[in-house]
Amino acid sequence: MSKRKVKDTHLPIGECITQVHHILRKRFCHQQLPDAPEGVEAQHRHLMELLKRSAVHGESNSVLIVGPRGAGKTMLLRSVLRELAEETEVQKNLLQVHLNGLLQTDDRVALKEITRQLHLENVVGDRVFGSFAENLAFLLDALRKGDRSSSRPVLFVLDEFDLFAHHKNQTLLYNLFDVSQSAQAPVAVVGLTCRLDVLELLEKRVKSRFSHRQIHLLSTLTFPQYSERVRAQLSLPDDFPDAKFAQQWNAAVTTLCEDKSVRDVLQRHFDSSKDFRSLHMLLMLCLSRVSVAKPTITAADFLDASRSCLADAKANMLHGLSILELCLIIAMKHLNDVYEGEPFNLQMVQNGTAGDRDYKLC
Amino acid sequence: MAGRLEHPGYDEEKLRIVSEQLPCREVQAGALLSLMGQPQQYCYPSLFIYGHRASGKSHVVNTLMKELELPHATVSCVECISAALLFEQVLLAFFGCDAASLLPRSPSLSDFVRIYRQQASQSPAEQTRYIVLEKAELLRDADANLLPALLRLQELVSIFLYSEIVWDKFRPNTGCFEPLLLHFPDYSKGELQQILSKDRHPSYSAEFYSSYVHILLGVFYAVCRDLRELRHLAALNFSKFCEPVAAGKAKETDAHKLWKNIEPHLKKAMQTVYLREVSSLQWEQMEEHDAGALRGLSAHTHVELPYYSKFLLIAAYLASYNPARTDKRFFVKHHGKIKKTNFLKKNEKTSNHLLGPKPFPLDRLLAIFYSVVDSRVAPTASIFSQRDMSVKFVLITCVNICFPLQIPEFKVAVFLFLCRFVLFTSFAL
Repeated sequence: MSKRKVKDTHLPIGECITQVHHILRKRFCHQQLPDAPEGVEAQHRHLMELLKRSAVHGESNSVLIVGPRGAGKTMLLRSVLRELAEETEVQKNLLQVHLNGLLQTDDRVALKEITRQLHLENVVGDRVFGSFAENLAFLLDALRKGDRSSSRPVLFVLDEFDLFAHHKNQTLLYNLFDVSQSAQAPVAVVGLTCRLDVLELLEKRVKSRFSHRQIHLLSTLTFPQYSERVRAQLSLPDDFPDAKFAQQWNAAVTTLCEDKSVRDVLQRHFDSSKDFRSLHMLLMLCLSRVSVAKPTITAADFLDASRSCLADAKANMLHGLSILELCLIIAMKHLNDVYEGEPFNLQMVQNGTAGDRDYKLC
Repeated sequence: MAGRLEHPGYDEEKLRIVSEQLPCREVQAGALLSLMGQPQQYCYPSLFIYGHRASGKSHVVNTLMKELELPHATVSCVECISAALLFEQVLLAFFGCDAASLLPRSPSLSDFVRIYRQQASQSPAEQTRYIVLEKAELLRDADANLLPALLRLQELVSIFLYSEIVWDKFRPNTGCFEPLLLHFPDYSKGELQQILSKDRHPSYSAEFYSSYVHILLGVFYAVCRDLRELRHLAALNFSKFCEPVAAGKAKETDAHKLWKNIEPHLKKAMQTVYLREVSSLQWEQMEEHDAGALRGLSAHTHVELPYYSKFLLIAAYLASYNPARTDKRFFVKHHGKIKKTNFLKKNEKTSNHLLGPKPFPLDRLLAIFYSVVDSRVAPTASIFSQRDMSVKFVLITCVNICFPLQIPEFKVAVFLFLCRFVLFTSFAL
């Protein structure tokens, strides 16, 4: 009875479009987690096991997730954490501290943030600590469970890990890795970074305490997989309120992905970068053209979106210059060639164009 | 010709008001609106708008925000010499002065994000909030972490940056969260005509004004496409254009007569397009008193100087533009031959005049002065005071701050024609 009801719900077209926008915008703009990891199953399993061992068995671990920008490092970590949170034991025990290299630019600030996220401000109070290590040890000590048998496991997530390596003496990193190597308290340190050479940035004493475990997110997608991913990203999920509309939409998307001009566009984007972020930018531009008047995405949308993504910004700006300004730029280019990269000033440029007209410009 | 802005989720009446205020920018406004989506939907975390000066970037964004009453914070990066000012303004605009007062003395980005998150969880918004940053190129000179962090600040906030410089110049070395790029193209000639015709004078007809604008554009379009500058020029020159009509000598439709009247005037105005040497009020006053030559500040060559100051000025000019090694040749009676070294041969191409005046120390100035002045002059206090006066009148400028042990250095601050003028007038005797 209820099944038939669901099949027959028909929303007006305006409502449908609003729903489509809502769902797809959440996917592209808000970085919603996909239900299942695509293409990174091995890394997902690896990270999952590691964190489970830390959370459940009290093992200390450290790992670095390395991958170019937009490859899905944060997405991977968040989906692993979401899966972990479903286990009740982990939920009870595991504490999480999220630090970001862009925000916590100093070790002192980082320590305050750790104190705050562990909710230990009252415990610390107005104490003055001799060193960073003392402070950290005190914090971890304060996390011991009621029967004082063992400490609760703490997960430290360090976003923009390479920026932490630029702090003075790398004290935070040294202490975190030190704690993870010694038997003080079960800590898991997960660093996310976009630099492949991140280990070169670490000092010798920090590097030796690191477990040298790295998870690489280098994409090995092929073009068919890429276009499949595009299709999946544009499709509506099964629980869309108006099932008929969702079916029509998904069918339209499938035909679109097989269209020749769209495939050319996708090939061009695939050749320049394979990551999620640039894909989301392209799809967002296509989505913005969907409205009640035009309820589907067409091939022309794709072409337009691709054109604006790949537009040459400098050529666009050159287009808006007046003739006089263009003359100045040509003279500057000429002077640049003549003087082989040495500096020149406005007087020389004006001299170069003196033959044409005599305008005074500031 | 003008398309209507339409979007579900926004009031139609308000959209109509917006499209009236944004002539010739419907395409861009429509694109922006469709990217923003409905107020309760997510918008792309960061958007970068680029285009030339006066291409309507801030006008479009501000009009959209104000008329559609979206929660936004507009901050001009020119005002934010430190990041703390930026944080304060954003918190003030969204959450009021209580939140802004929660910021500690010299807040770091970490404090700002923490307080923002706290406040956002206390007063959750169903609508996307927008932070609009003007002149975003100044963010590059702030702390290195400010720009990348702002681009990542998602959580129901969308950042709109706009600037005249392209995004390629903004990217930090390890990359960042790339914003969506939106280009505001320059206005075409027809669009400029349409916009300029809008501020017509009430006592004249619209066709008269648009023919005036047509003439103006024909003269100035090759030189200047900046809308602000063109509006200034139109305002300045309109009274001259209407003179024959006001005096009764010609009718509004006498295009040829009006053109003949205005043409020499516009030619003179071309000399000082961007300079704004005179404000519009001064211009009108000048037109009343001095119906003839156009004199800006650069036309003042008449300078009266005391006797020794003239020699000081000439000595300063010589000291600035001749390299120190030629002093011996010019100012000493018996000089030897100067061999041309390799260095001299290489740099012969660049004339010294192109490179600008070079700084020289005070004792060199005095040495040249004593050799230039005919009669024997004692180094009295009057000479030094005249030198001070010259500095005050910006004929020569002091280049380094005078520490007790260092000799002050100077540069000459006037052009050749002024020095020649001084030279010829003072030696006419």
